[in-house]
Amino acid sequence: MLAVQMRGITKRFGPLVANDHIDFELEQGEVHALLGENGAGKTTLMRILYGLYHADEGDIVVNGDPVHISSPKDAIAKRIGMVSQHFTLVQPFTVTENVVLGYNPGMTLDPKATQRSVLEASKRYGVDVKPDAIVRHLSVGECQRVEILKALYRNASVLIMDEPTAVLVPQEVDVLFESLERLRKEGLSVIFISHKLNEVMTICDRITVLRDGKKIGTVNKQDTGERELARMMVGRETFGVSRDESAECSSIPVLSLENVSALDKKGLIALKDVSLQVCEGEILGIAGVSGNGQSELGRVLAGILKPTLGKIILGDQDITDYDPIQYTQAGVGRIPEDRHSGLVEELSVAENLALEHLGDFTKNGMLDKNRIREQAEQLIQEFQIKAKPTDRCRTLSGGNLQKVILARVISRQPRLMIASQPTRGLDVGATEYVRKWLLEERARGAAVLLISEDLEEVISLSDRIAIMYEGRIVGTFFTRNTSREQLGLLMAGAQEESNA
Amino acid sequence: MEIFWIGLIAATLRVATPLVYGTLGELFCERAGVLNLGIEGTMFFGAFTGFAVAKITGNPWLGLLAAVLGGMLAGLLMAFFSVRLGVNQHVSGLGITLLLQAVSLFFFRLIFGEPTIPPSTEPFQRVSLFGNLPVLGPIFEQYLLTYVAILLIPIAAWVIYRTNFGLNIRAVGENPEAADAAGINVYRTRYLALMIGGGLMSVGGAFLSIAQLGAFTFGIIAGRGWVCIALIIFANWIPSRVLLGALLFGGIFALQLRLQTTIVVDLPYEFFLALPYVATIVALAIAGRNATGPAAMLKPYKRE
Amino acid sequence: MLKLKLERVPAPVWFRPLIPLLAILATFLITSILVVLAKANPLEAYYNFLVTPLSNRVSALETLVKGTPLLLTGAAVTIAFASGYWNIGAEGQLYAGAVAAAWLGPLLGNFPPVVAILIMLAGGFIAGVLWALIPALLKVTLAVDEVVTTLLMNSIIMFIVSFLLNGPWRDPVSGWPQSPQIAASAMLPKLVPRSRLHVGFIVALLMIAVVWFILSRTSFGLRMRATGLGKEAAQFMGVNISFTMLMAALISGGIAGLAGVSEVAGIHFHLIDAISPGYGYSGIVAATLGGLNPIGVGLAALFIGLIDTGAQSVSRALGVPVFLGNIVQGTLLLVTLGMFLLQNYRLRRVK
Repeated sequence: MLAVQMRGITKRFGPLVANDHIDFELEQGEVHALLGENGAGKTTLMRILYGLYHADEGDIVVNGDPVHISSPKDAIAKRIGMVSQHFTLVQPFTVTENVVLGYNPGMTLDPKATQRSVLEASKRYGVDVKPDAIVRHLSVGECQRVEILKALYRNASVLIMDEPTAVLVPQEVDVLFESLERLRKEGLSVIFISHKLNEVMTICDRITVLRDGKKIGTVNKQDTGERELARMMVGRETFGVSRDESAECSSIPVLSLENVSALDKKGLIALKDVSLQVCEGEILGIAGVSGNGQSELGRVLAGILKPTLGKIILGDQDITDYDPIQYTQAGVGRIPEDRHSGLVEELSVAENLALEHLGDFTKNGMLDKNRIREQAEQLIQEFQIKAKPTDRCRTLSGGNLQKVILARVISRQPRLMIASQPTRGLDVGATEYVRKWLLEERARGAAVLLISEDLEEVISLSDRIAIMYEGRIVGTFFTRNTSREQLGLLMAGAQEESNA
Repeated sequence: MEIFWIGLIAATLRVATPLVYGTLGELFCERAGVLNLGIEGTMFFGAFTGFAVAKITGNPWLGLLAAVLGGMLAGLLMAFFSVRLGVNQHVSGLGITLLLQAVSLFFFRLIFGEPTIPPSTEPFQRVSLFGNLPVLGPIFEQYLLTYVAILLIPIAAWVIYRTNFGLNIRAVGENPEAADAAGINVYRTRYLALMIGGGLMSVGGAFLSIAQLGAFTFGIIAGRGWVCIALIIFANWIPSRVLLGALLFGGIFALQLRLQTTIVVDLPYEFFLALPYVATIVALAIAGRNATGPAAMLKPYKRE
Repeated sequence: MLKLKLERVPAPVWFRPLIPLLAILATFLITSILVVLAKANPLEAYYNFLVTPLSNRVSALETLVKGTPLLLTGAAVTIAFASGYWNIGAEGQLYAGAVAAAWLGPLLGNFPPVVAILIMLAGGFIAGVLWALIPALLKVTLAVDEVVTTLLMNSIIMFIVSFLLNGPWRDPVSGWPQSPQIAASAMLPKLVPRSRLHVGFIVALLMIAVVWFILSRTSFGLRMRATGLGKEAAQFMGVNISFTMLMAALISGGIAGLAGVSEVAGIHFHLIDAISPGYGYSGIVAATLGGLNPIGVGLAALFIGLIDTGAQSVSRALGVPVFLGNIVQGTLLLVTLGMFLLQNYRLRRVK
């Protein structure tokens, strides 16, 4: 009997179809991978199964019975558990307290009794945790085990794991796989969401590939290989040249990163020994599934995250320790990954356009309101921003906000432009608009570093592409010399190669 | 000389009592993630309500009950603004303090007018724990509320660390998203914590008016609420340390009272009064970034 | 049937200034219950609150007198809050300024009045800055919450004042806890004869104008507002958050110190421990009611002054306890807070 059957699942977010009539089947006792790029629809599908989202069409059958899952509570009652990418653990609590939170019968909380109970569960399921340890002091791998135990403690027979190895070091990955093997023998069925081919091929029995919200196919591990999976993930087509053939990278690179390492917000290594160069008049695209260090790269190059190792060189200046103001003054234009942390929403369009270079709009310490307004009017017209200078940014659409940021950056004619996820969340029109401007900056001679999780975008805009995987650059190519398949493989961690 | 020390200890326990109630009350609020600056007003309100009902009915126990109910109402009001509406907790707390102080004064004037002699009521009597002990006697002759305050420390610790409700409070104060994901009703938990807190704070105020003083004066609380805010940080949000801190503050206050009358000291008594406050600022500076308390404090929770 | 729906979309721009008015209306409605309990007519009460004080010269001027320290503390709180610094210590900074004024005052007998007054104002400002310094430094260097530290500083200065008034500054003749009288040249001259309205009122209006000017006309003011409205984005755009907050905190302290000078040099001419019945906290009410817009805050401060004066009239005429005024203030603060949320919503007709 099938543990879980999802039939014809369709989910829309506005005009975006995240899941398009997807059929998914999970057999009992199997480890089934859900493979795909960002935006393929994997997480959406599983959130529907776990009751965090409601499907617009389709139904779900668990162990032969049709069910209606409207909240995580329902899912848990149907013995479905989920370990998401972002742990929901209370840091100062012990492991035990986290496991029993909301699931402890009665009124009182007996530490010894609950610890014993958790220890028993830990042994029974072979998930190694220390019941009295404080979560704050645990490694990421240990935290994950606590999350797994939480699900098992609530009697899960189906375990959904969303990108579980994204935050683990190789040794912890091995431990995780051992646990999953043991659990599978107990009869647990696992859905393993991932974009990493080698791991999927190691641990899983069957693999379902999603792309752009549709199911491409389900294959048995024995019947397939990494290349075929990569092809299914990113598509077969090679691409034509859609912008003019440009000259090679000439003399001194505009931006040079040498062995840059940096930590993420949790203090874990997010960038490992990254070296790259961006030349004048070129777009270097950073491709990769999100979560492989792109955010941190963007933040380092915006001046808000200091690298722990390595050097950043702009032309002939060492800008490694520069702060945001120095970055902008040195001629670097930065488009932040999150529009909302690059604009003060309660201030007006004109004010936001002027803030980065306030010195130019200051006369004797006072704001030169005329100049500010003039610049705003000029930029609004030039960049077709649908807003008045006095409008508060809060009232602008995503596309218009991005236009404000672009206007702010491009009006300074930067030598180097760092564009982090510049079209994320934008509609078709706004996306075209942003891409057009990136190409124009390139034509003007600026060096552009484009970080994007949209592989299409990277391919169509970049002269050269560097792929990031687990904080490293795993390959750099001239766009015309590579293929989707090769990119897909590298993005999924399959091989290491470089020719540019 | 022994009389000095015995008297000091006895006085310390008495002075610490309202601080214990107030701080424990604030503890429940802050552990659940709400900084309740309404404490000064709630204690004032408790002092007034307790006194007024005690005087009108002639029964101090009814006064105490009224104070508890009044405090719970104050907590409910704070919950409405800071939890339900999610407005800035600093300002709403201050607003509640201003409002409750004003309401108390208003009704005091309305009920008792402006008499030349402040109205008084029969206060609680002290209870002797072990009969008339020869030397240590005065230490064990405290108001019932003082003994209760001391007992409340382990009870509060038990509730916070040994019940599911306490676990929920702590979860909601540290990581409301995780608590929500675990099926806990964040709003309801915070509402309850604020009501319990308000009730406790109120008793602290009522102690001063119906036990210690037997009267209600406008200066009855005199910033003790703010002391409690400081005490919580001092106590690192742990119930047992609350007692320690309250005794310390109480002791210093009792000490300076005695120094005034018994021994001539060069330092002005205000120096001693100010000492605990200065000490708290120093403690805050030393603790630095670690003295932040429950991680979700001050952040209203809105489910995405 | 007209069906309406509340949508989480920003309200139209014209709605925002209406909110304080709606809040005032709602407050009066709520507090009329108390008026009724006091066996009086709410309409009469509010007439006494709002109209009576303005109906004759003496009390109209008195509202301006009451408004003076409120304008100053309101301005002080506004510039701090607008920068994201929660200065709850205006009360203590006011007292610091008052101490400075009481100390300098008696020493300025030989100076011409203009100079003496300028020295007083400067001294009070500096005292306020110094009193705001420790919490501000702790905040920007060690991330210590400024709400708690400024509150503690409020308590500490009260002890210092008590010590001074009961000790070295105690009046040797009468034994009253009040400081020696300040020199005549240090007294703030009256603006209107036979009233209590003094030059401090002009200083107060000036400070409101200064705060308005800083926040809306200077580059630094724009950086302050950016820090208060979007710290992360401001930092991205190159604003030095720590420095900005520090400056805001210190300027705020200085202006609050001026309120202390105003009361000592304009009204009482000594330092007494009741020099402020909570002006520092009322400044927070004014700042909130005015939506952190200096002009609005100025109007709010005068409104609160009106209420304070009116409360006395209500008390005299109708026998309603004078504390009704304080209740109105507290209720107004809470209602305003709640109502400002409404600017995130829009009523839409459901078709």
